[in-house]
Amino acid sequence: MGAGHAHKLYRPAHSPVHALPPHCKIAAVLCFVLAVVATPRTALWAFALYALLLAAVAAAARVPAGFLLKRLLIEVPFVAFAVLMPFVATGPRVHILGLSLSESGLWGAWNILAKGTLGVAASVLLAATTELRGLLLGLQRLRMPPLLVQIASFMIRYGDVIADELRRMRIARLSRGFEARGVRHWGVLAKSAGALFIRSYERGERVHLAMVSRGYTGTLPVPDAAPATGGQWSRAAALPAAALAVCLLGWTL
Amino acid sequence: MDAVTTAPVRTAPAPSLKIAGLAYAYPDGHQALFGVDLTVARGERVALLGPNGAGKTTLVLHLNGILAPGAGTVTVAGLPVVRRHLAEIRRRVGIVFQDPDDQLFMPTVREDVAFGPAAAGLRGAALDARVTEALGRVGMAEFADRPPHHLSFGQRRRVAVATVLAMRPEILVLDEPSSNLDPASRRELADILRVLDVTVLMVTHDLPYALELCPRSVVLSEGVIAADGPTQELLSDADLMAAHRLELPFGFDPRSVTIPTS
Amino acid sequence: MHVPDGFIDAPVSAAAGVLAAAAVAVSLRGARRELGGHRPDGPDLAPGAERTAPLAGLVAAFIFAVQMLNFPVAAGTSGHLLGGALAAILVGPYTGVLCVSVVLLMQGVLFADGGLTALGVNITDMAVVTVLVAYGIFRGLVKVLPRGRRAVTAAAFVAAAVSVPAAAVAFTGMYALGGTTDVPIGTVFAAMTGVHVLIGLGEAAITALTVGAVLAVRPDLVYGARGLAKPLELRTSPLAGPAAGREPSGEPADTPDAPRPVAARRSTRRVWLAGVAAALVCAGGVSYYASTSPDGLEKVAQDEGMDAKAEDHAAKDSPLADYSVKDIANPRISGGLAGVIGVGATLAVGTGVFVVVRRRRGAARDTAVADAATGDATQPRHTPESA
Repeated sequence: MGAGHAHKLYRPAHSPVHALPPHCKIAAVLCFVLAVVATPRTALWAFALYALLLAAVAAAARVPAGFLLKRLLIEVPFVAFAVLMPFVATGPRVHILGLSLSESGLWGAWNILAKGTLGVAASVLLAATTELRGLLLGLQRLRMPPLLVQIASFMIRYGDVIADELRRMRIARLSRGFEARGVRHWGVLAKSAGALFIRSYERGERVHLAMVSRGYTGTLPVPDAAPATGGQWSRAAALPAAALAVCLLGWTL
Repeated sequence: MDAVTTAPVRTAPAPSLKIAGLAYAYPDGHQALFGVDLTVARGERVALLGPNGAGKTTLVLHLNGILAPGAGTVTVAGLPVVRRHLAEIRRRVGIVFQDPDDQLFMPTVREDVAFGPAAAGLRGAALDARVTEALGRVGMAEFADRPPHHLSFGQRRRVAVATVLAMRPEILVLDEPSSNLDPASRRELADILRVLDVTVLMVTHDLPYALELCPRSVVLSEGVIAADGPTQELLSDADLMAAHRLELPFGFDPRSVTIPTS
Repeated sequence: MHVPDGFIDAPVSAAAGVLAAAAVAVSLRGARRELGGHRPDGPDLAPGAERTAPLAGLVAAFIFAVQMLNFPVAAGTSGHLLGGALAAILVGPYTGVLCVSVVLLMQGVLFADGGLTALGVNITDMAVVTVLVAYGIFRGLVKVLPRGRRAVTAAAFVAAAVSVPAAAVAFTGMYALGGTTDVPIGTVFAAMTGVHVLIGLGEAAITALTVGAVLAVRPDLVYGARGLAKPLELRTSPLAGPAAGREPSGEPADTPDAPRPVAARRSTRRVWLAGVAAALVCAGGVSYYASTSPDGLEKVAQDEGMDAKAEDHAAKDSPLADYSVKDIANPRISGGLAGVIGVGATLAVGTGVFVVVRRRRGAARDTAVADAATGDATQPRHTPESA
């Protein structure tokens, strides 16, 4: 789950990847992940190539490997899930180190691990090379409904403010000698959650007043941005095009 | 300067703000205003003083038509606050709310300052120029591309003022401008406000601040204007002050202060 | 749980994406009504639409933040709220779907939590199904149960308790259509629902407590319970004797023999019993069907932290260790029974919590401690107006 430090996701730098328009990048990442998902799981080499492609993008974007690997930790619950798979899946079984494992389960585990990891890595690269605001504008340029973009940008803007309120409430609880240790303290925590909701909602009402006071009628101005050039699109398309080629090879070979 | 020079030249300019017989009750029946009369001439700086619950915020929300009067009228530079003028009224009346986090709702300072003018139809280079100018007037130009929540509280308050200045308002309404500011930020904000050439209505409990910035004060108490006069005189009137729950900070004597002439 | 890329195959992911997009589009329209209908401002503004973005955005930020609030369970483990049911009850189904969807979208794009291609699956599952099931059950129960705050919290409990396994069932459905592994559907179904019945109980407790806390302070903000605040006073009259019938809004405690506490307790008990029955039926029923495959039970047990190599049913220290009751041969019945026992145990623990909390509050108010401890075990909900 997000730790609320949204701004730490982005790694400012001047690289060809950073310079691409956000909507090109979002589209490229989405197409890349689609190609990965559509690749047959038995084409082991294809996934190695995908990983190489992402590594090349990371190198071009000057995203250090350590940063990327740390962010991959979000995937851990699914590693656990994948580890279980060979034990519970049906079908012919193989014996490795004295364990009876399902062959198709092993493939399934590999499938989830490989595709999931590549998907996470691609998303991490996108977030690391694109500012939050850019991502939202990119989504809007990709025809996501403006109202949805507005809601998302308010969520990003006030996520930290509200998480901060939560933190202050916790400090206030601790300062008065309360520490939640078990289920019997849930009532107190839930009251914090309830208070947080009320504060959030009332802040929403105040924000609305402030917006209306400055002439808001339901649309937020979108900063003018030059449309992406053909060159930018083709540079962004390099990743998904390569992935598509790999994917097609995976099906034919 | 802009509000004055860009407005059409008239022989006797209409007052920036004219409130007549304004009364208002909330939908739940609680009546907050009982007939407020107040006129603020163009270029004046007026402090609106009053105890908690006197109806100050309610009054402010009438100035740009967020609340509609139950009785009476509000006129901004000759334009009555009614539904069909709302867009123009909201451009003319710039309200700076108390919590800058409520006011600064856009992802970056630049976009936030651009919000009002853009809503009024400004685009492109003219919009950029307006934003740069407004941020320059509060000394925050170099912070244009920062997200608001990375700024200090004093900086956010200044940006909040810029968001409103960018709309070139006829009248600037500040709700508790000095609250939560450290003394240095407080002084910086005062320096900014003092040189602005717009009409200012400042809602505050901070009586020394009112004395420093506003030659004239009005006291709103129990939903009516209870006093109106030069700030120094009002603050020196101990009986008036006590009657309306207004208290000066310990050791502060308004008579001993020399008002800087701006 | 956020489904990653590659878990569900491409066609089903795409179909779920279309479904999710449609649901979000419908919600965008509905949310304007929900958020616009209730405005304290004067008549001078056009009601509605322009309030949607700031309010829904702040509610989404709230859900995002509240998922960080850790609720300690025991021995260093803790859980957190998923928030679908809570959002549905607090702000209404459309806004709820919208807010949870935005949270999922941002988690996917920013934190890589949940795959991009699985976004449709995740939204359908965790936003649409959870919110709709929770809201449907909640409204149904609020209509059926006697009016009042406790009924609202009880309904919130049941709604949240069912919504989480419902999402698991929906996930299983999508898995059945487009799963990429050969794990039998029965196993997935059993594992998912089994685990999520438990998670659902935690979610239910937190949701009910949170809704109760909001109700105590700002009942007008609880979308699902609007209009309940005033009838709350009126409804006490029939039980308070003939004198109160004439004066519906009067305080019934005026009557000398003060029947009100008894009445309150009786109606509470009814609500409580209904809640218990619903929870037992749902947990028992779901577990019954969840137990179709012994593999599933094993899987649930493994998910719950047992050794992954335990193919033989080795760990039998606890009678519920692998969620089937010992010495009962039929796996379905024993699984169902385990569910019922689990719910019972949770209720017992929950009641204990309330007794403890009551006693503490009673002590704080200098009232007799013993009084609270003996009399109030049947009053599960307390919603104090602590300032």
